[in-house]
Amino acid sequence: MYGVGGSGVGGGFNAPSTAAGRRRNQDEDDEEEEDSAEGRVLEAWERAYADDRSWEALQEDESGLLRPIDTKTLVHAQYRRRLLRRSAAAAAARIQKGLIRYLYIVIDLSRAASETDYRPSRMAVVAKHAEAFIREFFDQNPLSHVGLVTIKDGISHRLTDIGGSPESQIKALMGKLECSGDSSLQNALELVHGYLDHVPSYGHKEVLILYSALNTCDPGDIMETIEKCKKSKIRCSVIGLAAEIFVCKHLCEETGGSYTVALDESHFKELLLEHAPPPPAIAEYAAANLIKMGFPQRGAEDLISICSCHKKIKSGAEGYICPRCKVNVCELPTECRTCGLTLVSSPHLARSYHHLFPVAPFDEVSFIPNRGQKGAQNCFGCQQNLFKPGSQSNLHVRCPQCKQHFCLDCDIYIHESLHNCPGCESQRSFSS
Amino acid sequence: MTSSHSKLYSDDVSLVVVVVDTNPFFWAEAALPFANFFEHLVHFVNSILLLNHLNRVVVIAAGVSSCAYIFDSSDATAPGGAGVAATFDKTKHKVKEFIDQDALATKGNSSVDSNNAASLLSGALSLALCYIQRIFRSGTRHPQPRILCLQGSRDGPEQYVAVMNSIFSAQRSMVPIDSCIVGTQDSAFLQQASYITGGVYLKPQELNGLFEYLAAVFATDLHSRTFLRLPKTLGVDFRASCFCHKKTIDMGYVCSVCLSIFCKNQKKCSTCGSEFSRVMPDLNSMPDQSK
Repeated sequence: MYGVGGSGVGGGFNAPSTAAGRRRNQDEDDEEEEDSAEGRVLEAWERAYADDRSWEALQEDESGLLRPIDTKTLVHAQYRRRLLRRSAAAAAARIQKGLIRYLYIVIDLSRAASETDYRPSRMAVVAKHAEAFIREFFDQNPLSHVGLVTIKDGISHRLTDIGGSPESQIKALMGKLECSGDSSLQNALELVHGYLDHVPSYGHKEVLILYSALNTCDPGDIMETIEKCKKSKIRCSVIGLAAEIFVCKHLCEETGGSYTVALDESHFKELLLEHAPPPPAIAEYAAANLIKMGFPQRGAEDLISICSCHKKIKSGAEGYICPRCKVNVCELPTECRTCGLTLVSSPHLARSYHHLFPVAPFDEVSFIPNRGQKGAQNCFGCQQNLFKPGSQSNLHVRCPQCKQHFCLDCDIYIHESLHNCPGCESQRSFSS
Repeated sequence: MTSSHSKLYSDDVSLVVVVVDTNPFFWAEAALPFANFFEHLVHFVNSILLLNHLNRVVVIAAGVSSCAYIFDSSDATAPGGAGVAATFDKTKHKVKEFIDQDALATKGNSSVDSNNAASLLSGALSLALCYIQRIFRSGTRHPQPRILCLQGSRDGPEQYVAVMNSIFSAQRSMVPIDSCIVGTQDSAFLQQASYITGGVYLKPQELNGLFEYLAAVFATDLHSRTFLRLPKTLGVDFRASCFCHKKTIDMGYVCSVCLSIFCKNQKKCSTCGSEFSRVMPDLNSMPDQSK
């Protein structure tokens, strides 16, 4: 065997860069690097069978020698591009975000979806990621509704009605996954247009088409349908799995949506999850309205009643009581089946507040602060040492408002998940 | 990182991040003096570290104008008697230093007074979550993190959005937030935090026995909690309060643009300025729904 002395270093992702630093001059030790990087799980030759493209994690440096890619700075650079693009779009004008969204996901189950360029087939990959997307969507937009439509044999069929509960959508999606026939974009758009007409006027209407085919076989003029969608203010976005198609591009441009084409499975997942946060919405697209909502409380422990959703006997303490008609409902958010009142709890509304008060993007800095300042060597959030002596770049970030320094990982976490700057929250504002 | 990576981590290793409220306005009038409270806390931290040699504790102080890390058990020097006593002495010193600096910062800020001073819970929770994310990144073998908040002062309504963001982020990362209220009033923020993240909420009746409450309820690791009967709050009041009068309401009107809650129908939203087009009819369910 290779006699790996270096793999005494523990697991975790710091191993590759240190191993690389020491072994840069030995090409044949590349296998060894991958070995110690993985920990003690799989040998390099085993991983090739498990379909790991380990050659992609290597890159040539100036003198032609191989070294592993510094994935951390790459990931961070990618995340920063996304963040800056999003915040530039938002800051350009006072654009609101459509927080109450009615989204139809159109899944293409035509012949092209059975292609195996995505493993095991395009349809399976789409279904898997659509499930993750639906969960993420409801997590970020608790007051929104999602419906599913499929295209098969040139006919589009509504799989599930537009609704607010992720479980029923996912169950229906996983139920019937067979593909055949042609795909027809116009039929899908007509169907969705018909259903979205019934949606309340304050909701933002959206369609997300996951298109695997390279053509569309339509019964009529698709340009007319696109005009109709544009007039009804439906924002259509397409994620292509095959190649860029003019008609999809035209559709997205006309309706103000986004058209992207996926290069591989992880890119597809990334593109799909980009649609989870609310898009910037044109103000005239949805009328501002005051929606009447109820905030139910839990019932009394000794109250026994029949819940209105499953028609089963439940104790009052397990469900919520609608404040208007006093029936028992099992979970929130939902619409009361008896009186139609939208029932939510305050955390559901609070989940959307971070879209309205986003954290400003942090500035990149790479200088070393003066020696006198003791605490400035560490990231303010996680207390990790920011300056590793001997590393190529001391890149870290700083909040423009509170001037605290953060490491790259905290930066990504703060902007993607936490939505609070710890520095700004840890100081009292001077005029409250 | 430390050499503990090579050891085996089992289910019951935990990382406890303790958020301590050091609001001087609250502690000046509290029944239990801060020095005694701190003694209880030190014993509790010691007992967690004794339960399992791989357990880790981090203490973050939440003051009125600032928050800071006070103690991290992974930077302790040598284990052993003298080392432990020196560490805790150093910690006491650091707390005192933090409280003095916080008091200085508060003096210079005229908007804070004893009536409305709430400690910066949102800042401390955000710091705790960043630290926990660092632990998650350190590899597949890591202790199970949780957060314990020892809160005395009342909730600051201006921190609502930030606290809710922290709660949702903790829920996504599956980090429970336990709360122990050492003050006189219940804290709605912490009740919601513990309910949503699956932690324990406790308001002890007898503060002189605080250590017993802490050790009995909050010292167990997450895996062993499934075998214990811990105090359970039956239901948390999730009703919202209206933005205009701040009273809790059962039914209200929500602006579709900015989601602000009002108790009465009105023509213009005071938060985002959107004009409302027409009065919505009460039935907002779609006409072609079969049920």
